Amino acid sequence: MHALRGVSVEIRAGEMVAVMGPSGSGKSTFMTILGCLDTPTAGRYLLDGRDVSSLDDDALSAIRHRRIGFVFQQFNLLPRITAQANVEMPLLYGDVPARERRERARRKLAMVGLEGWAQHRPGQLSGGQQQRVAIARALVNDPILLLADEPTGNLDTRTSAEIMAVVQELHRAGLTIVLVTHEPDIAQFAQRVLSFRDGELVGDERIEHPRDARAGLAVPAGRAA
Amino acid sequence: MKIGATLQMAEAALRSNRLRTALTALGVIIGVGAVVTMMAVGAGAQVRVAEQIRSLGSNLIIVMSGSITSGGVRLGSGTLLTITEDDARAIQRDVPSVEVAAPTVRGGVQAVVGNSNWSTAMQGVTPEYFQARDWGVTAGRLLTTEDVDAAGKVILLGQTVADNLFGGSDPLDQTVRIKTVPFTVVGVLARKGQSARGEDQDDTVIIPISTAKKKVLGVSPANARSVGGILVKAADPARMGEAEVQIRELLRQRHHLQPNQDDDFALRNLSEVLASQEASSRVLSLLLAAVAAVSLVVGGIGIMNIMLVSVTERTREIGLRRAVGARRRDILGQFLIEAVFVSLAGGLIGIAVGVASSYVIAYFFQWSVLVSWSAILPAFLFAAAVGIFFGYYPARKASRLNPIEALRHE
Repeated sequence: MHALRGVSVEIRAGEMVAVMGPSGSGKSTFMTILGCLDTPTAGRYLLDGRDVSSLDDDALSAIRHRRIGFVFQQFNLLPRITAQANVEMPLLYGDVPARERRERARRKLAMVGLEGWAQHRPGQLSGGQQQRVAIARALVNDPILLLADEPTGNLDTRTSAEIMAVVQELHRAGLTIVLVTHEPDIAQFAQRVLSFRDGELVGDERIEHPRDARAGLAVPAGRAA
Repeated sequence: MKIGATLQMAEAALRSNRLRTALTALGVIIGVGAVVTMMAVGAGAQVRVAEQIRSLGSNLIIVMSGSITSGGVRLGSGTLLTITEDDARAIQRDVPSVEVAAPTVRGGVQAVVGNSNWSTAMQGVTPEYFQARDWGVTAGRLLTTEDVDAAGKVILLGQTVADNLFGGSDPLDQTVRIKTVPFTVVGVLARKGQSARGEDQDDTVIIPISTAKKKVLGVSPANARSVGGILVKAADPARMGEAEVQIRELLRQRHHLQPNQDDDFALRNLSEVLASQEASSRVLSLLLAAVAAVSLVVGGIGIMNIMLVSVTERTREIGLRRAVGARRRDILGQFLIEAVFVSLAGGLIGIAVGVASSYVIAYFFQWSVLVSWSAILPAFLFAAAVGIFFGYYPARKASRLNPIEALRHE
């Protein structure tokens, strides 16, 4: 039994792709391989032109560290440390001096609109703010690929729109983004939708006019809540 | 990953769960504290035994007059065989492995000064006695050959006797009466402390052997030369056995004993008695330290237990760290450092607790304790080893977690 069979797909630099499918469809395995968290048992995965399918654990760790940013449904922030420290955390696994770590984390927090919240702990932030901290953390090493696994799964509609606005902004700035979601609404923010079922790629659809998340923010807050 | 950052992360993790960290460390604190205390108590006991050996005088053999068993009848009546001053002279003169042989007599007496009195042990000795026992005076002089030859009425007081009869005043040249005989105090003996059997060695008075026999004990003319015992000091601790054999041979010859007859005297090697005491106190202290070490191991198991719980609780955190680029060895290092950190901190506090409780024991039980680096350092290193040993398994478990499964962990 293979989680994925005969999947062949090319994602170009600067694309924003949504991955859809019910649970057990293989979309999580697909993400796992894209994120270099695991290697395929057969077949190849070329990341930025380099075959990473047969690298060992340390080499995959290094690639995740330098080239891939992760955003999760559960935010996965460390609860006891500040937003600033959470964003700095990935840099601890590199050789970035403390001063530069602070500066880079500060810049990324500003980029997601959390200037002034750096010294707050996750528990003192709203869900949307926590997810922004997580995005800042994913960006702190300037990755070439941002993988977002159900980033709005724990958020209400309005906050989801806020987060998607941040993601689309990053996309416009040139970042390659792969977004796993089971919500068709959220998938409509992407340029392209890949659909999985029973381990196979069953759809690859291009969206000519993706929704603009900024438009959703114009709706009065009362309705979204 | 830099060591400074790793330490910071470990510190943050431990700080975030203070009570748990403190309780985990407590296991190590108790373990290390117990090891340090028990080793201090054990070392103190050994030092005390060694002090007793020193206070007794070194390389001592005591010759005592023994009972005649089978030989008593054959030798005929009227020949009360006992050891004599002449035996002592002969031992000193003829046995090469003997440094000095001092004949002594003893008896319980009541010493009287004015209207105060004190019951104590009297010893009649020759000047050789002081050499044998390594004993000197703090004031005045020792007894001389002239004192013995003239049966002089001179007396040396032990510290305890001097304190009890004279309190704070100077006893020198004062008169002490024993059985109506007035003695002049010519010296006060240096303090010896307790003997191995717990007797106060300073509760004694010493007079010339001749005076003791003639004027205090009253020896019958038939055995005027006999003495209670001879204190023999061997020339060298290594020659104690040799000296014993030679003394026995000499005395059997002097006492005209046939090969089939038993000794009419007894030899006791005091150092041997003390050496066996020393050996048993060493075994005891080893046992104490071993029991304490067991509690340290139990503390280590506590660390392992808590670290395993911590790894399970922080599975998602581990998955996250792996996702952002932590290698297996980074995770291993992080958890190992946490465990070692707890055990080292516990070790340091445990040393302080152990040293403190050693002094508390010394104070309340009046035991001698000896806190030494040779006890503290191994205890500390052992604590570090416990941290590494018991922290390794949970840390390895953490580092082997599959990052995807770890991230999905609820």
